[in-house]
Amino acid sequence: MSTQAFVVDTGAANTASVFACLQRLGVEPVSTESAREIESAELVVLPGVGAFESAMTRLQEHGVQEALRARIDADRPTLAICLGLQLLCEASEEGDGVRGLGVLPTTIRRFDDREPVPQLGWNEIEPAGGCELLQPGWAVFANSYYLAEVPEGWSGAFTDYSTRFVSAVERGNVLACQFHPELSGDWGHDLLTRWIERAKAA
Amino acid sequence: MLARRIIPCLDIRDGRVVKGVKFQNLRDAGDPVECAERYEAEGADELVLLDVSATTEGRAHALDTVRAVRAVLRIPLTVGGGVRSAEDVGRLLRAGADRVAVNSAAVAKPSILAEMAERFGRQCTVISIDAARRLEPVAADSGLSPWEVVVSSGKVRTERDALEWARESVALGAGEILLTSLDRDGTREGYDLELLEAVSHAVTVPVIASGGADRPEHLVEALQAGAHAVLAASIFHSGETTVHAVKSSLAEAGVVVRP
Repeated sequence: MSTQAFVVDTGAANTASVFACLQRLGVEPVSTESAREIESAELVVLPGVGAFESAMTRLQEHGVQEALRARIDADRPTLAICLGLQLLCEASEEGDGVRGLGVLPTTIRRFDDREPVPQLGWNEIEPAGGCELLQPGWAVFANSYYLAEVPEGWSGAFTDYSTRFVSAVERGNVLACQFHPELSGDWGHDLLTRWIERAKAA
Repeated sequence: MLARRIIPCLDIRDGRVVKGVKFQNLRDAGDPVECAERYEAEGADELVLLDVSATTEGRAHALDTVRAVRAVLRIPLTVGGGVRSAEDVGRLLRAGADRVAVNSAAVAKPSILAEMAERFGRQCTVISIDAARRLEPVAADSGLSPWEVVVSSGKVRTERDALEWARESVALGAGEILLTSLDRDGTREGYDLELLEAVSHAVTVPVIASGGADRPEHLVEALQAGAHAVLAASIFHSGETTVHAVKSSLAEAGVVVRP
């Protein structure tokens, strides 16, 4: 049986690109909103485009917040993409007053208007010390909000747009990207290959 | 630093890539999946796929094309053409689009932009504006720009001011503007730089220049005029240049492109 990846249904727009990408990587994607599946799955992906507040509400309705927190605390292989990364934080300037999962003890800010918002397109990724999965290269962004600091205990990569922001963080088997690895050509494909290989070795 | 984007455009009819001049006289230009793979390999930053089918049957076919392209494509995909409702947008996203462009339907019912932004996010919501120079010059004190919005593949002039529509679209929820000059589309005379400059200065979202590209210099001019991305079809489909060659020329001209 091939490896399965459980993709958390956040009710947000498209997960088709994530599904197609996982299939190209030889992984069978399965959509889920079950806490039990999220807790026990070998691989979990928290995807995301959409709005912080509605996605967080959806996670609450399905009671999967604790399952997500538990697996990340236990270093089980988990990939968060774009809004997925933001949902891991404590709060966002986008969802006024709505609490995130709080796995990353930091808040999400909005880009100022010095550059067009949203940031759309390819930008450079510069991993800082301690990164093992993240390597230098170019990745695709579609975001108006960003993570300003690397939380303690995590390693991060940086990117410049209006300001220098955190474009991804990793800790063991957990990888959270502000960019879209599934849309970032060879570079993104290689990053996810490393994540899956590490997960299988874990 | 964010790279300027080079975007090949595939006009799709009945499952084939087609190309016309000023939106008319469509000719066959290849298989969409083969074109998509080739452009990604050449260094395209994303693809735009526009469904130019005239029938409901053709529209259903377009969803299959989106699925087939998505299965192989590892860069962003924007899909437009014939989008009438938020339900259409949902179907295209589920088939594999990353962003959806809406055109005539938004002119008829601007609230679709707010609905799209609310349901799918601004970064997913693209307003496609086809603009043409007005047939009659406008009075200097009218507050109007020299361009009006055209719809129905360029067949209907609305007299609606293109600049004002760009601003309104963004206020409603559009996160990007795909700006096509009807006067230049397929003519290979270069982009309408004045139009690009006016629109990109009027809004805070990225603007994609479309219509009229022939040589790499045209793309450089468009980016210097304020476009954040450049779209082209004919020059890539005909095989006379490649995305890679265009990017080399842009890099030489000092434009930041993804290597």
